[in-house]
Amino acid sequence: MLIGTVVLAGLALGLCAVLVLTDRLLPAGRDPVAEQVESLLPRIQCAQCGYPGCRPYAEAIAAGDADINRCPPGGEETVRRLADLLGREVPALDTTLGNASMNRVARIDERNCIGCNRCVPVCPVDAVVGVQQTIHAVIAAHCTGCELCLAHCPVDCIDLVSRDA
Amino acid sequence: MLEYTPDRRPTGGLRLPAHKEASTAQPIARGFVPGTLILALQQHQGPPTTPVVRRGERVLKGQVVARARALRSAAVHASTSGHVRAIEDRLVPSVHAIHRTRCIVIDADGEDETRPGSGAAWPKDPEEQLEHIRDGGIVGLGGGVFPTAEKLRPHTPCKVLIVNGVECEPYISCDDMLMREAAAEIIDGALIMRDLLAAPECIVAVERDKPQAIEALLEAGRASGDASLKLADIPTVYPTGGERQLVEMLTGEEVPSTHYPSEIGYICQNVGTAYALHRLVRAGEPLLSRVVTVAGEGIARPQNVETPIGTPIGELIEFCGGYVGDVDRLILGGSMMGYALPNDEMPITKGSNCLIAAVRREVRQDFSERFCIRCGNCATACPARLLPQELLRAARDNDHALLDEFGLNDCIECGCCDVICPSHIPLTEVFRNAKFAHARYQRQEVFSAETQQRFKRHEERKRANVQRGKARQDHLRHEVETDEAARQKAIEAAIKRARQRRGNDSDAE
Repeated sequence: MLIGTVVLAGLALGLCAVLVLTDRLLPAGRDPVAEQVESLLPRIQCAQCGYPGCRPYAEAIAAGDADINRCPPGGEETVRRLADLLGREVPALDTTLGNASMNRVARIDERNCIGCNRCVPVCPVDAVVGVQQTIHAVIAAHCTGCELCLAHCPVDCIDLVSRDA
Repeated sequence: MLEYTPDRRPTGGLRLPAHKEASTAQPIARGFVPGTLILALQQHQGPPTTPVVRRGERVLKGQVVARARALRSAAVHASTSGHVRAIEDRLVPSVHAIHRTRCIVIDADGEDETRPGSGAAWPKDPEEQLEHIRDGGIVGLGGGVFPTAEKLRPHTPCKVLIVNGVECEPYISCDDMLMREAAAEIIDGALIMRDLLAAPECIVAVERDKPQAIEALLEAGRASGDASLKLADIPTVYPTGGERQLVEMLTGEEVPSTHYPSEIGYICQNVGTAYALHRLVRAGEPLLSRVVTVAGEGIARPQNVETPIGTPIGELIEFCGGYVGDVDRLILGGSMMGYALPNDEMPITKGSNCLIAAVRREVRQDFSERFCIRCGNCATACPARLLPQELLRAARDNDHALLDEFGLNDCIECGCCDVICPSHIPLTEVFRNAKFAHARYQRQEVFSAETQQRFKRHEERKRANVQRGKARQDHLRHEVETDEAARQKAIEAAIKRARQRRGNDSDAE
């Protein structure tokens, strides 16, 4: 009786210690829900949801801090899929956030570009090429149409055009 | 020539009414010269050709009007003499759909004057022979229009050359008639291909319901005296004539969905292609015409016609006596895989094998669709061993992972599931549309994943930059605060920089 109690208590304590230690010492694993949410987002990093990228937004959704209707480029299709994944009602897409779309790409008007280099560092996917004092250009195949560069151009020479054009 | 019956049964498939009696009742009509030619620059699978004629120029029959640049391409020739009216975009029917393509439009002058000389001679060098085939404009005439030169240069040694005379789709009889009338030429073309491929074996496959064709081919095979030739008679089941289905039927090997048959050592060539190759090699004549079946109850004289490539469909129908009765639909291709045309102004291309003017009672009228009752008939009929009812569910749910799992892209769109479905569900149509959507989804997924990676690298670089800047600042601060000499040096350097700047400024003034 006593031996049994001691052995079981010891086991319980020992295993408890192992659990606590692994939780403390091992690096925190990636949140699997956030991972799944991110894989459903378009991942074009436009930040129109109010978070600085798709990953942070996915984490906010997984933590229950953000609504699932804040992704303009994903559109209603993404909202529907997120609702499916998370077992929620399908809310209407929040259309006030912006209208980034993957069907469009940025194009720099070469007649007006002054080579100020301000759009280069803000592009989340390094789709703008160019160094200071030279005309910049957008690699259309890499551009996601996130619109982040538009606000940084002092001469307003960046336009969004249809991806196929 | 050995005749044998393969001991395998075809997977799935259906026995369908053939509807071939009317068009096989008389020989192939020859000598038809159209009034206009519409020659699309891209009538093959591969990069388009480049036009080498100008507007207003007179062209002769057999003259190259558009040149091929890559081996995976095929030149286009004028199929009768006339003047180039325009080079413009036109709607042209291709393998699966109608496309707007650049075309050379020629007003024929009715003289049908042939280019002098018999063209370039058949070269000795194998590489040059392939280029000769490409410049002769030859493509797979079974409907796939894959450039023959490219297909005759396999990356894997060819074990068996299969000459495909299995014309299993209802209404189509152009290959049957060609085999009856030109068996010796087809056998000769097949032997030319076999030599090019250095294939040890050559099987001519014909369906059992074509006894005249089999007889003619056997005779021609015996006359050639070649021991590597065999003739396989195939049960009459649609769609055994499909390339993958035929390879499996004859060899027992299933072609992996990620591979072409040529990659596992089997090359299929249509009998029409063999005939065209014979004409090119023995008579120096490039691909100028093909046999087209004109069928259906809405045609006055259904028959097979040797049709110049580029003939407007309306002119071909006029040649066959025009429309009769209440034509409900004009279909290009067979009744299973063909599609309806919006008008008859489009041209016959190298891939057009059949034209059906169907009256109302020939066309299945729209039944109202009912629920899937999970009878499984579609799975039994599927020659690709798919589960159409599961695919249907996945396609309607837009579940792309499931579509992949159930092998959407292995669907050959033969239409068997569609015909057999007791609930009249338009399965093939759903799958065809789903294929487009699925391809778009896959492209999108690849782009998103790449974008995610780019963003990650961008963020890492930004973080590293910030850290490097901070480390440098910290280092400098630490130095000037601890080391008197370094402090003096830093001050001097700053003064020097300031002086220099001031000096530059005064220079500017």
